[in-house]
Amino acid sequence: MKDFLFEMREGFSISFRAIRANKIRSILTTLGIVIGVTSVVLMSTAIKGIDNAFQTGVASLGSDNLYIDKWEWFNNDTPWWELRNRKNMDLQDYEKYKQLAKLPLATAPTVWSFQAVKNKDKVVDQVMIQGTNEDYIKTTNLSFSEGRFFNELESNGGRNVIVLGSDIAKTLFPQGYALDQEVKLKGHKFKVVGVLEVQGSWVMGNFNPDKQVFIPIQNVFKYFQSESFRSVTINVRARNSQMVEATKEEAVGLMRRVRGLAYNEENDFSINQQEGLLNTINETVGVIQIAGLFITGLSLFVGAIGIMNIMFVSVKERTKEIGIRKAIGAKRRTILGQFITESAVICLFGGLVGLGIATLLSLIVNQFLPTSVQVDAVILAITISIITGVLSGFAPAYTAAKLDPVEALRYE
Amino acid sequence: MNIITIEHIAKIYQVGTEEVHALADVSLKIDKGEYVAIMGPSGSGKSTLMNILGCLDTPTKGIYNFNDVNVSQMNDNELAKIRNREIGFVFQTFNLLARSDALHNVELPLIYAGVPSADRKERAKEALAHVGLADRMHHRPNELSGGQRQRVAIARALVTRPSIILADEPTGNLDTKTGEDIMALFNEIYEQGNTIILVTHEEYIAEHAERILRIRDGLIEKDEHVKDRYIPKKNGESKI
Repeated sequence: MKDFLFEMREGFSISFRAIRANKIRSILTTLGIVIGVTSVVLMSTAIKGIDNAFQTGVASLGSDNLYIDKWEWFNNDTPWWELRNRKNMDLQDYEKYKQLAKLPLATAPTVWSFQAVKNKDKVVDQVMIQGTNEDYIKTTNLSFSEGRFFNELESNGGRNVIVLGSDIAKTLFPQGYALDQEVKLKGHKFKVVGVLEVQGSWVMGNFNPDKQVFIPIQNVFKYFQSESFRSVTINVRARNSQMVEATKEEAVGLMRRVRGLAYNEENDFSINQQEGLLNTINETVGVIQIAGLFITGLSLFVGAIGIMNIMFVSVKERTKEIGIRKAIGAKRRTILGQFITESAVICLFGGLVGLGIATLLSLIVNQFLPTSVQVDAVILAITISIITGVLSGFAPAYTAAKLDPVEALRYE
Repeated sequence: MNIITIEHIAKIYQVGTEEVHALADVSLKIDKGEYVAIMGPSGSGKSTLMNILGCLDTPTKGIYNFNDVNVSQMNDNELAKIRNREIGFVFQTFNLLARSDALHNVELPLIYAGVPSADRKERAKEALAHVGLADRMHHRPNELSGGQRQRVAIARALVTRPSIILADEPTGNLDTKTGEDIMALFNEIYEQGNTIILVTHEEYIAEHAERILRIRDGLIEKDEHVKDRYIPKKNGESKI
C-alpha cells in the first residue's frame, strides 16, 4: 500500500514534468476534452432546467386537483370517437355535483375560449379566456401581484370583470397600473380587478396561467359562445393529497348519478389528474435526456480519441526515454502507470476547465431557463474526465510498458 | 568472490528463416573489484554480451549467475529490479532525460528503488558532488558540455551503489581530452573498490582496464591480463 502510494506520487510528478514539457500539445489535446465536458455538463444542466420548469409549472396548477371532463386528457385507452360522442357537460351538471359532493375543498366550473385582448392600441391575440366562478381561486395556488379574484357577486351577476395573467398584463400595461383599467374582449369592456404574479413556466404553453385571463363564466356564454358549444370542465380540489383518491371515488359515484347513468352503462366522463400530466412530462424529459446526453457524449468520445492518438504519438516519440527509464530500473507497471497518469491528468485538467466554461455558460442559459450547475453534474464531469483519461491512455501506455529496453535504447 | 559467472551462454536471433548466432558459446567469471574491458569489432557479439551482462536481455541458452542468483530465466520485472539495484549504466550517448535537470536525472534510479524524496535528493547531490558537478545540479543536459553530461550519467550510475558499473563506449562521443578526464574518473571509481565492465573497440581505452576480453564471432578469442595498464592523470575537475 505504501509502495503503491509512493508510486502514485512519483507517477504524478513525472506526468506533470512531461505535460509541462509539451505545453502547446497538451493544451490542444485538452481542448477536445474541454469541449466534450462543457457540452455534457451544459446539456445535463439544461435538461435539469427543463425538468424544473415542468415541475414548477405543474405545481402552480395545484397538485391535489381533479378535473372532471368529457375528455380524457392523458390516457388514450378510450377511442376518441367515443369521447367525442359523450354528452357535453354543462353548468347544471356542475351545480348538481357541487350540492352532492362532501369531500372536496373547493370546486369550480371552467370553460375556455380563444379571443384577442386589447388595451387601446395594444393587442394580444389568441389569449386563452378562462370562464369560471369565484371559487376557482380556491382550487389553485395562484397569487396576486395586484388586486384580487372576482367575487361571488360579480360572478353570479355576470359583471364585466377580468383577472389578467402576468404576461398578458405586462404586454397590455407595460408601465404597470393595470388595476381598475379597462380592456376590451371582442368589443366588450372589462374592468381589471386583479393581476396574477408570475406563476408557471413557458413549457406549459397555453396552460400557463401567465398567458391566460379569467372572467365570470356567464360572460363567456353571453359574448363568445353558446353554453352548448363546448363542454364545461369541473375543477375539484381535494382537502389534501391523502384525500385525492377518496375524492376521486366520490366524484365517480356522484357524476354517474348526475349524468343519469344506468348501472350497466360506462362512464361518460373522465376524472383527470396531474399525475397523468407528470407521467407525460417525465417521459418527454427522459427522452430529451437520453438523446441529449448521447449526442454530447459523442463529442466527449471524439475528445477521448484525440487523447489516445496523442498519447500514441507521445509514446513513439519518447521511445528512447522509455528505454532509459527501463534500463535504470523502471518496471512495466511503473511505465504503464506513468502514461496512464499523464493521460488522466490531461483529461482531468480538461474536465475542470470544461466545468468552468460550462458554469459560465449556464449563467447565460439561466436567462431563458432557470437552472444552475448541479453537484451531480460536477461529480459526473470529473469522474467522466478521469475515466476517459484512464481508458484512452491505457492502450498507448500498454504499448510503452511492453517495449523491449534494448530496442528502445537503440531508437533514435 | 565472483560477481558474475556465465556458463556456456548463447544468444540466437531468428531473422526471417535464418538463425543468427550473436553469441555462440561464452563462459566467463568476473570478480568483485575487477576492471574488465570487453573488446571486439562491430558484429562480434560484444553488444549482445553487454546487454546480457546488464540484464537488459536474457540468453537463449546457458546460465548467468549474478551474485549467485540465476538471472537467465528471470522475467521483465525481476530483471528491472536487478538493473535498478545492482547495475549502473554509462552509455556512449549519455542517455539522460533531456527535459530534466542533472539532479532529477541522478535521482531517477532512486525513484524506481522507492527511496523517499528527501533522502533521494541528498544522495543525488552527493553523487553529483562526487563527479565534480556540485555547481551544475539544476542545469539541463543541453546546458552542459559533453564531458559534464557523461559525468551526470556516471553520477546516476553510482547513486544506487551498484555491484557493477557497465560502461558502453563511454568516451565514444567525446574528444580525446574530455575522454581522458572521463577515463580518469573511472579509474578513481575503480580504485575505490568498484567493479567496472568497459565495452569498447579502441585499444588505448581498453588498456585502462586490468583485464581485456577479446570477442570475435560470438566467442571469447582471448582473455588477457594487462601487465602495464594505463593509469590516466588525475584531473582538476573531479573532486574525489
